[in-house]
Amino acid sequence: MIRRWIPYLLIALWGMAALIGPWFSEAGNVIDLEKILQPPGPAALLGYDDLGRSILLRLVAGAQTSFIVAVGVVGFSALVGSLIGLLAGYHGGWLDLLLVRVIDIFLAFPGILLAIALAGVMGPGIDNLIIALSVVGWVGYARLARGQVLSLKRRDHVMAAVALGSSRLTILTKHLLPLLMAPLIVEATFGMAGMVIAEAGLSFLGLGIQSPQASWGSMIRDGAGYMLMAPHMVLAPGVTIMLVVLSLNLLGDRLRDYLDIRLPKSAH
Amino acid sequence: MGSFLFSRLLSAVVVIVGVVCLVFMLIHLVPGDPVDVMLGESAMPADREALRSSLGLDRPLAVQLAEYLRGVAVLDLGRSLHAKQAVAELLAERIPATLELAFAALVITLLIAIPLGIFAAVNRGRVADWGAMGFSMLGMSIPNFWLGPMLILCFSLWLGWTPVSGREGMSSLILPAVTLGMSFAAILARMVRSSLLEVLDEDFVRTARAKGLDERRVVWRHAMGNAWLPVITLVGLQLGALLGGAVVTEVVFDWPGIGSLMIESIQKRDYPVVQGCVLFISLAYVLVNTLTDLVYGLVDPRIHGGGRR
Repeated sequence: MIRRWIPYLLIALWGMAALIGPWFSEAGNVIDLEKILQPPGPAALLGYDDLGRSILLRLVAGAQTSFIVAVGVVGFSALVGSLIGLLAGYHGGWLDLLLVRVIDIFLAFPGILLAIALAGVMGPGIDNLIIALSVVGWVGYARLARGQVLSLKRRDHVMAAVALGSSRLTILTKHLLPLLMAPLIVEATFGMAGMVIAEAGLSFLGLGIQSPQASWGSMIRDGAGYMLMAPHMVLAPGVTIMLVVLSLNLLGDRLRDYLDIRLPKSAH
Repeated sequence: MGSFLFSRLLSAVVVIVGVVCLVFMLIHLVPGDPVDVMLGESAMPADREALRSSLGLDRPLAVQLAEYLRGVAVLDLGRSLHAKQAVAELLAERIPATLELAFAALVITLLIAIPLGIFAAVNRGRVADWGAMGFSMLGMSIPNFWLGPMLILCFSLWLGWTPVSGREGMSSLILPAVTLGMSFAAILARMVRSSLLEVLDEDFVRTARAKGLDERRVVWRHAMGNAWLPVITLVGLQLGALLGGAVVTEVVFDWPGIGSLMIESIQKRDYPVVQGCVLFISLAYVLVNTLTDLVYGLVDPRIHGGGRR
């Protein structure tokens, strides 16, 4: 079944492009006035953009941007979010009440609205982009971890550990965290897909990666003005984003089935 | 019931106050001196001081926050730095366009998602189910800032059926609404499918079938009647999320709503207006969510007792 492997292959390609991206970022910025808006052909696989830059090379360079942002944001948010959720769920009482209120307040901002505002106010750049998306991203993991801990802490093995006098740290890290990993991994996989779209979206709005650095989102933004003359400028990055996101979503679905987890459907 | 209503409203108030505080903090996240950023380095000292005091930045943080909260309570959101207009007025001009877009997108979402979800559930495991869910997976993975330009290319530039951008009549509403609604339709279709599948396994459905009712009646009357609840919650959540997602779609189609006002204001560094836009969309979201919760509580008598957490 070759079809089953396509998503994994695409994700691996994305990761590899991100790894070799730094070597192509210069080449992707080379302007060749002879080749402006040249359509795809045997000489140039995906054609050239409005400044005569190779779209294929810019896609590779852009893979690095989206990979760094997705991994950075998901890694940071998952770590901070699940720690907060773990603490709230296990400690309970006033701390839980307080943290749940904070989580509720962050959940009151729909979608990437808060990230757009934060990125807009803090100014463009990859570091600000990661901060803005992490400020929004941690909440989902916190809510998930808290919910899981609430049900897990009544399990026999945890009660036994408490009765045996294990320290709180041991219980949290040895007895609760391992059981939390499976749902967190699934959530993080869907989170990566969401962050690829979010990074490209913010860059599309001009709030993320700044030119001449390549981002799939800003490539779509640049191409939108030339759609009749050069549809390849919009098609290439769009299809790339869609394939990567689709692969990550499929991977998340499979992991969920494989690990047999029921997650609350998060509304993006 | 009374205590359920009270606790829901109370927590909504807490959330609203928290949201206002966060939005207030936005302007303090501007790197360096917000006045420098907004006016530029070459501004006259007198202008700087005037802006600083009109924004209240020369006062202690706690006083500023109190002022901001008081202002929000009486719908005074400050003044725009560029339009020389009250932020509330600017917002009021743009709100109808955003609401129109969000409702149109919701209608499109429901028109796609409910038939698709039911179709997939009834044909569980067959090619039709696989196709419908594949379509939904695709819809979830297409970013709206790409779907929008593609729809413009097909329907506006090639076929000439709809205007490229702007807000003039029904024909200009269709593409933005489809763009905004697509990913939500994809998520909702999966929800309808799984919700219906769960109900189709229940005993009363088997009883209805055993009575010899025809399948259409079983699905629509008996099963769907019980599958609506989770769907209603998600639709409520989505109406709010649609308001947030509208930012990108409005920019793509040059739709004159809150979202494009927000992006224009970010570009002009008109931060009081940015704050106003974030505040309006978030408060609308909280309001819709609270209403959804209340409706859910009214429809499902199991809710009031324990609370949902």
